[in-house]
Amino acid sequence: MGNRSETSPATAALTLRNVTKRFDGASGQVTALEDITLDVREGEFLAIVGPSGCGKSTLLSLLAGLEQTNEGTINLGDQPVEAPGRDRLVMFQQDALFPWLNVLENVLFGLRLKPDLTEAERLESARYYLNLVGLGNKEKARPHELSGGMRQRVALARSLAPNPRVLLMDEPFSALDALTREQLYGDIQEIFTKRKKTIVLVTHNIREAVCLGDRVVLFSPNPGRVQQVFDVDLPRPRRLNDPSLANLAAEVTAALTSHPAK
Amino acid sequence: MASKLPRPVIPTLVAILLLGGWEWYVRSGRVSEVLFPAPSHVLQWFWDSLLSGELLAATWVTMRRLIIGFAIGAALGVPLGALCARVRWVRDTLGVLALGLQTLPSVCWVPLALLWFGIREEAVLFVVVMGTLWAVVLAVQESVLNVPPLYLRAAQTMGSNGWHLWSRVIFPAALPGVLSGMKQGWAFAWRSLMAAEIFVVIVTGFGLGSLLNAGRELLRMDQVMGVMAVVMIVGLLADLIFFSPIETWLRRSRGLER
Ligand SMILES: Nc1ncnc2c1ncn2[C@@H]1O[C@H](COP(=O)(O)OP(=O)(O)OP(=O)(O)O)[C@@H](O)[C@H]1O
Ligand SMILES: [Mg+2]
Repeated sequence: MGNRSETSPATAALTLRNVTKRFDGASGQVTALEDITLDVREGEFLAIVGPSGCGKSTLLSLLAGLEQTNEGTINLGDQPVEAPGRDRLVMFQQDALFPWLNVLENVLFGLRLKPDLTEAERLESARYYLNLVGLGNKEKARPHELSGGMRQRVALARSLAPNPRVLLMDEPFSALDALTREQLYGDIQEIFTKRKKTIVLVTHNIREAVCLGDRVVLFSPNPGRVQQVFDVDLPRPRRLNDPSLANLAAEVTAALTSHPAK
Repeated sequence: MASKLPRPVIPTLVAILLLGGWEWYVRSGRVSEVLFPAPSHVLQWFWDSLLSGELLAATWVTMRRLIIGFAIGAALGVPLGALCARVRWVRDTLGVLALGLQTLPSVCWVPLALLWFGIREEAVLFVVVMGTLWAVVLAVQESVLNVPPLYLRAAQTMGSNGWHLWSRVIFPAALPGVLSGMKQGWAFAWRSLMAAEIFVVIVTGFGLGSLLNAGRELLRMDQVMGVMAVVMIVGLLADLIFFSPIETWLRRSRGLER
């Protein structure tokens, strides 16, 4: 199955070759990722699942160019990824909204960095995505005035609004209630198919991974490695309660639990 | 029962009691009125010098020096502090120097200032700038270094870098720390200005410190105490009118209020 994670460079948006990442922590050296070879295809929705601490967030930081690999290479198209750029936007696991800006200004932050838009277009786009996440009436609120789930939705709007080529999302739905979450699954799939984006989604929720991903990559921990790659050949839009989706999720869960814990 | 009284009642009573006691003690002739004037005398001096314009003129001279000196100190301190935070070797040199110089009481700059600038306005300004600068440099350096990396990472992946990152993310994030540094710088500037004005009789302007020192030379204790009170009040007002409201607004708008 390991071979399936490689494709020809022409159709790959992101190519990782033998990527290893180590950290020098307080408790000695940690190998967060070891020998990862993986492709994210252009226009693909890739879901990454795996136990806590297996290097999922680290992988996103590497793809974003916020961290550098110790070994191996990462390319975006045919360019090596060396620094952060507007083409690879990250929605972080922790809430990274700016407390000195209100909700609307937060969403506008990324849009204002796109010189080809007029101010009116930026405003329109910011409001569109705020409405999408159901927070159109909270424009003027400061982040600390929102609940955790609302903040996460603002963060989601902020990362969708600039319409980046590659969107890297780290557990974007973890703080949401089931209803909002399911509604957003629908919206994300719609945006994904309409706008032909490349999305890498990290999640703990296997159902979510199977519902959203074209492929689901299962990581194993200590050190972080690709354990298995699953293809999800289900038609979109997918619904969370689809039985064939549930079957596949069960398969992934089985693989996850079968891994011998070290 | 005490909790039913409005909060200012007890402090007011205590103040009246203290001042009344003081007044009575001096009038009873137990101390020399020259060395220990009664509150009413101090108040009398205050009123007279207010009417003669002397007090306002001195306050104006002092405030002008303070504001100009503080502005120069802050204007130099913010970019230098940012540079310390940004560049390792600047931090290891200028940053360490600032740490040392900040512990130096600003009066210590007076002899140097006099030798360099002579008995001139510049000497006073120099002392004020030295009093302000290092506190601001250190506060800016510290608060820039303490900006949560997550904000920087988030901004960078949205395409922010260079000057945009500094002006839109680093400075806003560091602002509360920078402001408390400014406040501290202001307090230091105030102290150093008084020191300079007492030690240096400047021909170009007669400030509050000079007025205080003149009171000593004329053996006018009412003037000495009166000026001390004015110095205190000006310091308090600056905090009350300027720094506190900004700080409160900043904290409240970011949900930092306890
Ligand atoms: N800056 C760092 N310094 C030291 N160690 C780090 C650092 N960042 C991550 N690690 C280590 O790397 C490993 C992978 O961390 P990572 O955050 O990528 O895990 P994760 O898969 O995202 O986990 P979770 O699902 O809990 O978010 C962990 O063992 C962690 O302790
Ligand atoms: Mg993580």
